[in-house]
Amino acid sequence: MDTSTATFPQNVKRALADSQLQHAMTETGPRFISKRSKAREALPEFDALRDQARDIKDHVLAYLDLYLERYEEKVVAAGGKVHWAATAEEARAAILGICQRVKARTVTKGKSMISEEIDLNHHFEANGITPVETDLGEYLIQLRKERPSHIIAPAVHLTRDQVEADFRKAHTHLDPKRDLSEIPALVEEARQVLRQKYFDADVGVTGANFLVAETGTSIIVTNEGNGDLTQILPKVHVVIASIEKIVPTLEDASTILRVLARSATGQDFSNYTTLSTGPKRPGDLDGPEEYHVVILDNGRSDVLGTEFQDMLRCIRCGACLNHCPVYQAVGGHAYGGVYPGPIGSVVTPALVGIEKAKHLPNASTFCGRCEEVCPMRIPLPRMLRAWREKEFEKHLQPQAMRTGLGLWAFLAKRPKLYQMVTRLAARVLHNRGHGTGRMSSLPLASGWTQCRDFPAPQGKTFQQMWKERRK
Amino acid sequence: MTQTSPRVGLFVTCLVDLIRPSIGFAAVKLLEDAGCIVEVPEVQTCCGQPAFNSGDRKTAADLARNVIAAFKGYDHVVAPSGSCGGMIVKHYPELFAEGSVDHAAAVDLAARSHELVSFLTRVMKVTAVDAKFPAKATYHDSCSGLRELGIRNEPRQLLASVEGVTLKEMTDAEVCCGFGGTFCVKYPGISDKMLEKKLKHIAASGADTLIAGDLGCLMNMAGKLKREGSHIRVRHVAEVLAGDSATPPLAEAE
Repeated sequence: MDTSTATFPQNVKRALADSQLQHAMTETGPRFISKRSKAREALPEFDALRDQARDIKDHVLAYLDLYLERYEEKVVAAGGKVHWAATAEEARAAILGICQRVKARTVTKGKSMISEEIDLNHHFEANGITPVETDLGEYLIQLRKERPSHIIAPAVHLTRDQVEADFRKAHTHLDPKRDLSEIPALVEEARQVLRQKYFDADVGVTGANFLVAETGTSIIVTNEGNGDLTQILPKVHVVIASIEKIVPTLEDASTILRVLARSATGQDFSNYTTLSTGPKRPGDLDGPEEYHVVILDNGRSDVLGTEFQDMLRCIRCGACLNHCPVYQAVGGHAYGGVYPGPIGSVVTPALVGIEKAKHLPNASTFCGRCEEVCPMRIPLPRMLRAWREKEFEKHLQPQAMRTGLGLWAFLAKRPKLYQMVTRLAARVLHNRGHGTGRMSSLPLASGWTQCRDFPAPQGKTFQQMWKERRK
Repeated sequence: MTQTSPRVGLFVTCLVDLIRPSIGFAAVKLLEDAGCIVEVPEVQTCCGQPAFNSGDRKTAADLARNVIAAFKGYDHVVAPSGSCGGMIVKHYPELFAEGSVDHAAAVDLAARSHELVSFLTRVMKVTAVDAKFPAKATYHDSCSGLRELGIRNEPRQLLASVEGVTLKEMTDAEVCCGFGGTFCVKYPGISDKMLEKKLKHIAASGADTLIAGDLGCLMNMAGKLKREGSHIRVRHVAEVLAGDSATPPLAEAE
């Protein structure tokens, strides 16, 4: 995993100064919000479904081992094979092993965050296999050698102009006169280029939105249909998913599907909901000859039973990103990890360690909008705060902040002394305003005054005036 | 039906105490007008939220114990802030182990505690205030009041009853202003970006007065409005409801 999570403050500076990023974020952010809001209003039972969805995942997490075993049995019964991967390394090795055995040269890929988490594409390239991303957004960022900046909209940080320029650079066959100014034209161009790749691919790798224990089925949702072609056309289909993607039944999957697309894009359902169970059966017209599922743990089982367990309910809809004013201000790349936004700030410390990810839990005002929209009712602010508690225990916060808080706490615990100090501060700071009611600089407070004035106190504390009034 | 006046302990909040006591006096007036007997325990300092949100649970719990002790016996505890109110109502009980004496005391205090405006409407059943205040006002929903305490209509309802107030809704009134306590000094760049968007919506509303229920958010927004030379006046909701137009707006000359 990229370690630039550790350089979050510098990443933020770059992001804030990047006018194209800022333009792209202003264009798309509000659209996601209004679409979700409309979808929610159109479904009276939406909030009740959220409760059900949460309960399903809580139940799964309580009996995860049982459901994982059940799932494996069913996959095997359908003619597939399950590969257990404790770490990213093991997952990469398992997938590479399958590809090398069938002498794969090209691998098509459906959109998968787990693939990003285990950095699969680099591993393919390092071993002479060409990965081809087939989701338009993923395809774009593959061209640009970037990471996704959003969980469901990987290229949301790009403007249309940037995309057109990238296409013209990579697709050298393009007629310079061809109009690519509208999104459908860009989609069409990507389709043309990808069409042949689907047929050329030896292996298709997809993620999974759900793994269904009762049937051994993996389910993906897409809007472009690229996932279907990725998993049906090649000889081998590899599903890569993490342990918490399990649901007990198809019924459960359908309950969660009802909140997934609505929360993500505001659609009732994604354009394609694709179920796959094992390889091609006798009599099937299409389908792969081999069907593999690589199930990744990568630290998740350590989270079970802790105060952070609720993060495993996440269905990666991206609603918390769309509604987070911090994410909307800096975009996804600034977070440095695979998963940006509020859920990323909760998940990344679990994946890479709080030492490396110490900035992320602090990059929140605790405004609570993420929790308000989360379809799985994940208490994101509570978990961000829990990470801050770990940081406090480990002395990871800046010394100046610790000292400041320590001094404040010392005073706040001693009301008499506190009131002497606040009386003095009220007077001194009031005078510093020189009758203007504010000050543009303040010692030790440049963090405040670099972008805003500091309102001057009225001159006496409330307690002081209250006492005077009652004399 | 006869009713004795409820005894209300005012939780002043550390920011109001230090920066803008006039909000505290406006709160006292509103509570007294609503028929409450108001007292201000002298030993109060801060609710402990800065420690809580910085991961220092022990200090937060120590301060919570002080607040619990200071406000023992009051029928109600009222704070002119959704943020401090949310801390007491939602988070104090989280600070102590269930089944402990402290936890029971925290739950008891939480049940008696309220943010000012929602206390007036929900508990004292105030539907209108007797005040005059000339303002084309826009109301910013502070995050804790809105999402932890569910306060949205209450301030708008009472503001609409003030003679001279016209309410003009801004776009994204419920989006954070970028204050976030220590956040605004830890990440001033992000905070500034959030403020920039907020100020754009405030300006577009056509209001001449910005109102909110939390002094922290107001200081943040007033700080940038004044830095940019804006003429928009900034007021706490309690000042407007109490008709206190004599006190200079936040961050403005005496």
